[in-house]
Formats: sequence, structure tokens, C-alpha cells
Amino acid sequence: MTEYKKPLPRPTATSLPFWQAAKRHELQIQHCTKCGAHIFYPRDICPECLGSELEWIKVSGKGVVYSYTIARAPTHPAFAEDVPYVIAIVELAEGPRITTNIVGCKPEEVHIGMGVEATFEDVTPEITLVKFRPA
Amino acid sequence: MSLRGKAAIIGFAEMAPQKGDGDKTPLGIISEVARDAIADAGLEKKEIDGLLTGMAIGDYSVLWPSVVAEYLQLQPRYFGQVELGGASAAGMVWRAAAAIEAGMCQNVLCVLGDTRSTKATGTKPPPFPRLDAEFDAPYGLIAANPGYALIARRHMYEFGTTPEQMAKVAVDQRKNACKNPAALFGQKEITIDDVLNSRMIVDPLHLLEIVSPCTGGGAFIVTSAERAKRAPHRPVYLLGAGEAGGHCGITRARSLTTSLVKPAAEAAFKMAGVTPQDMDFVQPYDCYTITVIVTLEDAGFCKKGHGGPFVWEHDLTYRGDFPCNTHGGQLSFGQPGLAGGMSHVIEAVRQLMGRAGERQVKNATIGYVNGNGGIMSEQCSLVLGIQ
Repeated sequence: MTEYKKPLPRPTATSLPFWQAAKRHELQIQHCTKCGAHIFYPRDICPECLGSELEWIKVSGKGVVYSYTIARAPTHPAFAEDVPYVIAIVELAEGPRITTNIVGCKPEEVHIGMGVEATFEDVTPEITLVKFRPA
Repeated sequence: MSLRGKAAIIGFAEMAPQKGDGDKTPLGIISEVARDAIADAGLEKKEIDGLLTGMAIGDYSVLWPSVVAEYLQLQPRYFGQVELGGASAAGMVWRAAAAIEAGMCQNVLCVLGDTRSTKATGTKPPPFPRLDAEFDAPYGLIAANPGYALIARRHMYEFGTTPEQMAKVAVDQRKNACKNPAALFGQKEITIDDVLNSRMIVDPLHLLEIVSPCTGGGAFIVTSAERAKRAPHRPVYLLGAGEAGGHCGITRARSLTTSLVKPAAEAAFKMAGVTPQDMDFVQPYDCYTITVIVTLEDAGFCKKGHGGPFVWEHDLTYRGDFPCNTHGGQLSFGQPGLAGGMSHVIEAVRQLMGRAGERQVKNATIGYVNGNGGIMSEQCSLVLGIQ
């Protein structure tokens, strides 16, 4: 297996449950028990009501493409072999938006409003990235 | 209390952008433009008692304002770093005015300078925000290009904005650059086809719709309205200012297509007591073509979503019906770090002082400037005018 050279997330105490869930191929985000907000990325308090009672919930992994770009030139040297690749913002069914890649289809097939679902890519023994594919 | 008319820019200096690193350090550039701006304002160095500066990627460290003060042997009574990315220079104008109005100081040197890379200093460039590194970078959403491509794509989807309309911004601004001897890309005009046939970098943005980082710097002097009366050039007064923020990574922006320019510009026009239609020219931050379109909409120059048709129907050149980025914009002038954002402030001042040479907008008395940082994440709008 060749060494993975692309940027990797460095989980913190706050975000670790998200990355651990991803490793189990589950999408988990936070939910505020006070105001009901769904929260992503992970935080220590609710950014809407500033409440501190946040719980982790497993979500559907369904969403729609909110916007996307096809990188025709690498956005970082380590992505050179992936060109062309799709960088996207997916709006989860629960509300929050997440940065991701759309995989499992040709870049030209991606469009705004396209239904997608989470898919999990184990890029290193420690890290699994959450990507999306056509639903 | 309002800052309207309380302070003025009375002098400026700007280094012509250079493509490579050049042979100076950021501090070398900063010291030269600072010296020239002080002279242009008709002041002596000892009269400078305020200093605002901003991050230099080519020489990044903590305590930068003190480094700059020490290098120039200034003794500021008010100083600091404005950390608003490309909006830093616009942000300096009202902060300087506020400090003067509050009695903290009299003459504020606002200065930015940077090199293309860290080659001259051997320092490490500043890191990207950690949360962007954790949640965006693993997917290739890194630096500004893909972020603005996401905005452009969504704008096209919501409003039918076309690649040709976006390209028109670059084409018209290049015409302005051809009248600016300092512009990095001022040798030859370009066409819509040139833009659309240039290399696709992050679809839908082509190479000629993207700024070119370079080496350069700029400085201006802000003083009180009272002191400005004795200045050698026509003083350019701050009439209105507004600022807005709220996200860092574009994925966390509340909207991709209605930007924070809206509240910033509304506040600036309200303070100035004028409307967008009163402006003789605009100098909106233009890291990408789409940035200009979104800014013109949100600042109120046209209806939301009509930015594409608006730039298509208007002549954005210095002699056109809607003079926009009369120095060429950063797309054609170049982007010397945060000093790229300063180029819009300085060009507005140049126009209002009547010192814009061949590209002078006739009878220019009032203009709009917008500074934009990060991925539409820092916005500072200004209304500047003469009295």
C-alpha cells in the first residue's frame, strides 16, 4: 500500500467521536438537547443557544449537493493524481452542511440538488473520510 | 457618534507589484512605502503616532506591529494588527479614524507589504485555521480557489449567471490595467474568449478569473479632519464604514450567494447618508470574477441575482458608465498579499485626489470600496469622498 500523502484530519477530544464513528462507517453529528439544533462540525457547546448539553446521534447519511466544483488542477500537490475530482458541500437531511468529495460517478454527472448518501473511505489505519455518492 | 467626515486619508504610496519574490523582505517593502506615504502626506516621521499593520505571509510572527514600529523607529501611541485577510486595509481606515476621534493619536500610518513566498526570509508561512484543516482540507477544499468556485457554481445555479458574464469582469478590468503602468498584467487587453479559453482551474473558474499572488506593498496616512486641511493633496474623507463577519470556511457560511457584504455596505451607506446610486466609481475586492458580481449585488448596485447581467450591460472601465476597479483590480494589478486589498483603497484615494492620470474618472467626488477576506468571510465597506 502506498503512503497516503493528502492532508489528514487530526482529531481533538471534541471531534474524536465523529472520527471514531466514521471508522465504524457511521455518520454521527451532535444534537443540542436544549434547542434541538443539529451541529456540525463538532463543538463543545451549541453555537445556536450556547447550551452545553450536546449528544451524539447517528444520522441517515442522506443529503443533497448544495454546491460543488470540479478541480481540474490540484488544489494541493498531493491531489495531483486525483484530477479531476469533485469537492462539494453536501447539505445533510438533518440540516448541517459538510465538506466532502462526491465519488461513485463521473464528475460531470454531479449537479446541485443531486441526492447523495454517505460512503466511507478508510484512507489510513486510523482515519476514515466521509465521502458521498449518488443515492 | 458617527465617524462621518471625522478623518481623512491625506497621502499614500504603493509599490508596483512584482511577479517573483524580488530582492526585498516584507519589512524592506513596508519601510519604503511607509516612508513614501509619510512624504506624500507632507508629514515628518516624528508626526506619525499611530500604526496599523497586518500579517505578512513572507515574514510571519507574533508581535508584528512592534516589529514594524521598531524597524521604522516609530513611537506609536496607538498601534496594532488588523487581521481581516483581504479586508484588512479597508478595516484600517475606520479603525484609524476611530482612534483619532477618540483622541488616542493624530496621524496613523496604515501599511502592508508582502513577498510572493518566504524565500527572502526563510520563515514559515502561517498555518491555515485548524478547523478548516480538520474538516475541509482532507477533501481538497484548501486555500481560496475551490471556495470561490463553490460560490460561483451556486450563483450560476440560483440565478443563471453565465461564464461569459463572469469573464466580462476580467475583460473590462484589464482595460483599466492597460492605463496603469504599475499593473502586473497591463500590457495587453483580453477578450471574453481569452478568459473562457484559459485553463480551467476549479470549474467554473478559469485561470484569468483568478488573482495572481505577487510581491508588493502599500501605505496610506489617516489624519483628523482638522489636520487634513493643511495637507498638500486634496483630503479624502471617510464618510461611511461598515464591517461584517461570521464564518471562516465557506461550508459554514449561512449563504453562498448572499454575502456579508450586505450588512457591511448597508452600514457604510447609512453612516455616509448616501445610496449606491450616488457613487462615481466602485473599487470592490476582486480575488475572483465572481467576487465582484456578488459584491455589487449585496452592496445594492443591482438586484440580488442580477450581478451577471449588470456587469454585462455596463462598461466597467474608467471611462464607462460604471467605473469599477479602475486600477485593473487585483485580477490585473496583482495580489501582493494583504496589500492587494489595500490597492482598492489607494485607487479610490487616487481617483478622489484627482491623481489617477490617464485612467482618471471625470469629476469623481465620492466612491465605494469593499475589502473582502478569506472566503467572503471578512467584509469591510467604505464610502470615501471629498468635501
